[in-house]
Amino acid sequence: MRAPAESFPAAARRELANVQLRTNLRKATDTIRDKRARVVGEMPDWEDLRDAGRAIKADLLAHLDDYLLQFEEAVQAAGGHVHWARDAAEANAVVADVARSHGADEVVKMKSLTTDEIELNDALAEHGICATETDFAELILQLDGDWSSHILVPAIHRNRTEIRDLFARTIAPGIVSDDPRDLAEAARLYLREKFLAARVGVSGANFGVAETGTICIVESEGNGRMCTTLPRVLVTVLGIEKLVPTFADLEVFLQLLPRSSTGERMNPYTSLWTGATEGQELHVVLLDNGRTRVLADDVGRQALHCIRCSACLNVCPVYSRTGGHAYGSVYPGPIGAILTPQLVGIENAASLPFASSLCGACYEVCPVKIDIPSVLLHLRTRAVSARAGRAERAGMGLVAWMFSGRRRFGAAQRLARLAQPFALRLGPLAAWTRTRDLKPMPKETFGEWWRKR
Amino acid sequence: MRVALFVTCIGDTLFPEAGRATVSVLERLGHDVAFPSEQTCCGQMHLNSGYSAEADRLAARFRSVFDGFDAIVSPSSSCAGTMREHYGVENVYELSEFLVHRLGVEDVGARFPHRVTYHATCHSLRVTKVGDAPQRLLQGVDGLELVELSRPRECCGFGGTFSIKNADTSSAMLADKCADVEATGAEYCTALDGSCLLQIGGGLSRGRSGVRAIHLAEILAST
Repeated sequence: MRAPAESFPAAARRELANVQLRTNLRKATDTIRDKRARVVGEMPDWEDLRDAGRAIKADLLAHLDDYLLQFEEAVQAAGGHVHWARDAAEANAVVADVARSHGADEVVKMKSLTTDEIELNDALAEHGICATETDFAELILQLDGDWSSHILVPAIHRNRTEIRDLFARTIAPGIVSDDPRDLAEAARLYLREKFLAARVGVSGANFGVAETGTICIVESEGNGRMCTTLPRVLVTVLGIEKLVPTFADLEVFLQLLPRSSTGERMNPYTSLWTGATEGQELHVVLLDNGRTRVLADDVGRQALHCIRCSACLNVCPVYSRTGGHAYGSVYPGPIGAILTPQLVGIENAASLPFASSLCGACYEVCPVKIDIPSVLLHLRTRAVSARAGRAERAGMGLVAWMFSGRRRFGAAQRLARLAQPFALRLGPLAAWTRTRDLKPMPKETFGEWWRKR
Repeated sequence: MRVALFVTCIGDTLFPEAGRATVSVLERLGHDVAFPSEQTCCGQMHLNSGYSAEADRLAARFRSVFDGFDAIVSPSSSCAGTMREHYGVENVYELSEFLVHRLGVEDVGARFPHRVTYHATCHSLRVTKVGDAPQRLLQGVDGLELVELSRPRECCGFGGTFSIKNADTSSAMLADKCADVEATGAEYCTALDGSCLLQIGGGLSRGRSGVRAIHLAEILAST
């Protein structure tokens, strides 16, 4: 997986300058956040469901080796082929080989973060295979060479006038209306041809059931089930953490996911398939790509519980200001801040664990109870070990030394009072005072007052 | 009950008025308050910045300084939360939860005839989990008109070193918070944490707002 190209503060600064983006994002995230709160509020056993979700995923990860083999066996028994991919290159090669073996130079794709993570479309293009995104938002991004800024609504940063202009330039010459209905119709007409012509479909997966080899996807548009049913050959790429042990476990996740994600009681389309029927071909690619490294970290591994609902993005005060592109990865927001550094290596994304005020809103809504603030703290410690500059280390060491004795602390307070008028424009304090006043230090500290009392 | 005040490093240095007010409220309710003079910092700054070894040492120091008290009371939900929820020192309380949940007091005999809005700090909501203790206390204050903030559960953007390391994002969050505070028409914005009040107060002051940031303890100490 590609590491962020720049540090979070630098990327955030650029994104924050886009006032329109901030207004759009705020409106959109507030809307989804409120919808979620309503449908979660009507569930008396929501907290029990969260506990169950967490427990199932914890069990899965504790015995992942066994569950993966069980899943492989079940898929094969149902007539599917299973491929193991250590990294993006191996996974992409499998998809390209399958497409080539069927003489396909076009494939249709449903929305899949995992295939975004491995940059499948670019890899297929190198083999002369054109992958068409069939999710409405993903299609918009693909047509414009743009990339996702939200897990659920990838084109949240685009507005409909921009989309109309884009369609006019690409798939629907002459379109004048920017009515969502007309834009959707234009996409439908374009995609219908693609669906009917494609010999190979590519999907991700929301869940894979170890017990039965069943794969489950949930979606809103119905394009996913077109990808999985119209072409004769289907390739499903899923991260190894996407399994659940038993079919009955889906009962928990199919309650947790739609309510947390779109704020719906149930999503419009849920597709489940097990193996392949005669005349069809199913290939399942099990992707590691850094996940076993995450698994080895006993605090960080809970990031692998994630079911990609994006509830944490919608409640995050940082995400709702900066948007997803600031995170420099296909996994934005709080979950991205703990997942990306673990997948690409902490030294390659050292600023991401610091992209949070530790407000804890993400943990509160996470349907599988990932304690994101605790993982952030853990990764911050790892980031400091890997990357902190000498000046910062020395400064933090000095402050710790100063706090380890009352007389030193008192001396530091007196020094700070003297230095105050000059220090405001220097170093870290300058970052504060650019937008905020700093309360002047009172003439007397509490300790000084207490002694005189 | 032997009650110790943990004033916190930021309270000691920048918000001594909140510490004095905490003492005044507790003494008014008939408690003897001790101030263990060796106290400095709980270590949260180091913990949150990725220096957990230094934080652990400061937390251990905290334990020995505050050993032997029945209750440790602090005018900060964030620092109290670090010691209790992260380091497991069970008898540390933020002031409002100590008054309402431990002592069962909702009327501390205060008078503050002003329009006030309350900002629920993140750690008071999600770490210390003080519930509605602050609102109950504010409702018990004579003459005080409590006006609700829109988006009352949203972070002000402080976040410790986040406010420096990610100053732009922090400032964007603060701008929205200040606008929400202004929109209430309140004279004062109160909270349980000096750190968040430093941020909100700094933003209001830079924006030449008439609204003042004030610690809850100061309101409770007013008569």
